[in-house]
Amino acid sequence: MIEIKDLHKSYKMGSSELHVLKGINFNIKEGELVAIMGSSGSGKSTLLNILGILDEADSGNYILDNVPIKNLNETIASKYRNQFLGFVFQSFNLINYKSALDNVAMPLYYQGIKRKERNEIAMNFLEKVGLSSHSHHLPNELSGGQKQRVAIARALASNPKVLLADEPTGALDTKTSYEVMELIQGINDEGKTILIVTHEPDIAAMCKRNVVLKDGLIIDDKLVEQVRASAYV
Amino acid sequence: MFNVERWQEIFEAIAKNKLRTFLTGISVASGIFILVILLGVGKGLQNGISKQFERDADGIIEVWSGTTTKEYKGLNPGRQIQFRNSDYNISVQKFGDQLEKKASTYNFWNGLISYGKESGNYQYRGVYPDYIVIENGTIIKGRFINNSDLINNEKVAVIGLKIKQDLFKDKEALGEQIAINNINFKIVGVFTDPAGEREETRAYLPITTTQRAFGGGDKISNLFYILHKKDTYEEALAESTKFSKELNQLLKSKNVVAPDDESAISVHNSVENAKQFYDLNLYIRLFFWWVGICTIIAGVVGVSNIMLIIVKERTKEIGIRKALGASPLSIIGMILHESIFITSISGFVGLLASLSLLELVGPQVKSEYFLNPEVDFSVAITTLVLLVLAGAIAGFFPAYRAAKIKPIVALRDE
Repeated sequence: MIEIKDLHKSYKMGSSELHVLKGINFNIKEGELVAIMGSSGSGKSTLLNILGILDEADSGNYILDNVPIKNLNETIASKYRNQFLGFVFQSFNLINYKSALDNVAMPLYYQGIKRKERNEIAMNFLEKVGLSSHSHHLPNELSGGQKQRVAIARALASNPKVLLADEPTGALDTKTSYEVMELIQGINDEGKTILIVTHEPDIAAMCKRNVVLKDGLIIDDKLVEQVRASAYV
Repeated sequence: MFNVERWQEIFEAIAKNKLRTFLTGISVASGIFILVILLGVGKGLQNGISKQFERDADGIIEVWSGTTTKEYKGLNPGRQIQFRNSDYNISVQKFGDQLEKKASTYNFWNGLISYGKESGNYQYRGVYPDYIVIENGTIIKGRFINNSDLINNEKVAVIGLKIKQDLFKDKEALGEQIAINNINFKIVGVFTDPAGEREETRAYLPITTTQRAFGGGDKISNLFYILHKKDTYEEALAESTKFSKELNQLLKSKNVVAPDDESAISVHNSVENAKQFYDLNLYIRLFFWWVGICTIIAGVVGVSNIMLIIVKERTKEIGIRKALGASPLSIIGMILHESIFITSISGFVGLLASLSLLELVGPQVKSEYFLNPEVDFSVAITTLVLLVLAGAIAGFFPAYRAAKIKPIVALRDE
């Protein structure tokens, strides 16, 4: 599903240059649930942004579902994001003047689906994350865990190939974190490929594979025995 | 533009961001409002000042007749040319569209005018209603000769202030009967003339009555015309020169006079004297154009400012939308669509408000230097379109930049 070869990325910080990714190689197969771990500054978020076509690598190859991602213009990049990828952010990033339902329906709007149909689809996904009763609530009327579930429903709405989650539990307490992880595990069980960036070992333990980054290089990549979040809830 | 889905999206954004919409609307509406009011006041001042000065400004075209000095078509020189009603009528018929005021007169240079025991020798003239404007006179009591006087051959007279003082002293003259060469006329008005006593020793009568009562038949003495006002002195001069020439030709050919015989029929054109007025008018208009342009610039800057702030405020939303698959073009389209919609609607509201204010308050203002503060509707609409366009252009650049921002930058937590 994802093939990455010798990925390099550096940022200019004033006059000096910060080399963030120093040659990353790894592949992700369909249906995997991967945690990308590392301390802050290890380059894990940068990697996720490149995988999410939100950022572009300086060099190296990135192939997503057999499509090479290179030198895309913004219009094509946005199209790929819409078709291939679903995002879940640490700070939820819901549009605060839109209801939960409209937030979930947003990717479908950019796919050109008509209002009635997109509301139906969005409602289905809200039901899936257990929030159909909150469909007309605005984000600020929802708790953190509920917001993140709306965000997950939104990420799933466009039926993406890969779900990318950047510290999805970073702003949540432990109990809520496990509830969200339970949801994510359930989605993965249905066959969706999911990447999670996290620095929390207990969250990483709930994935099937752990990739550890340090100073822009992968220092560890191992399959782990998945801990089911339902055991804690 | 006609994408229903996008309209829905925009209406939702507008409905959910009432404060933002309201503030944008208010600033655009007030911009338009102030601009239109300013233009209206400018126009009012211009009208008022024009009114004050236009009397000196009218280019009067005057036709005199005399005796021929040249032989023409077998007619000997020394022939007296006498204008008749038909000369006046044919000229009005031919040039009617160009004429602001028109009159012919039938003049008597000496007549015995008496009231009771008082009497004196004065001029009297048969005239048309427009003649008061041509003479630059002002009615101080009663009225001037009007059309119904002409039609009914009324025996009415409007006398100069000097005649009134001579014959009536301090007595009321209106409604009294005077005798002009033993024919009775009722006084309906008294006038003054800035030219002074010489002109105030005249009595004006309806031309039809004069021709009948004093055996004139259809004779007339002089012809007078004032052309419509033009925007610039040059235009006015060109038009009146052309008119004079054509009128000259018309009257000479009708009366069988040699085209170059200026003593038989001569056309005098006083538009040359009107240059000062046109200059003043030009300066006033230039001034208010300048004020208007400055106001528009201020409005454009204001609208641009708001657009910048709106785009800045929506940077994060734009980032989210882009992450979800919005193309840069759809982002620009959304922002411009919304801004054009809001500025058009609120601009129109401001336009209506200011126009109705001008309409309501304008006529209430009583000042010699302020008259009819109107605004040309097409000018107002043009201004509105200009502002909306400026808002769109001003919104385009920040929207374009926002659409270019990488979503990761837009989404970065502060």
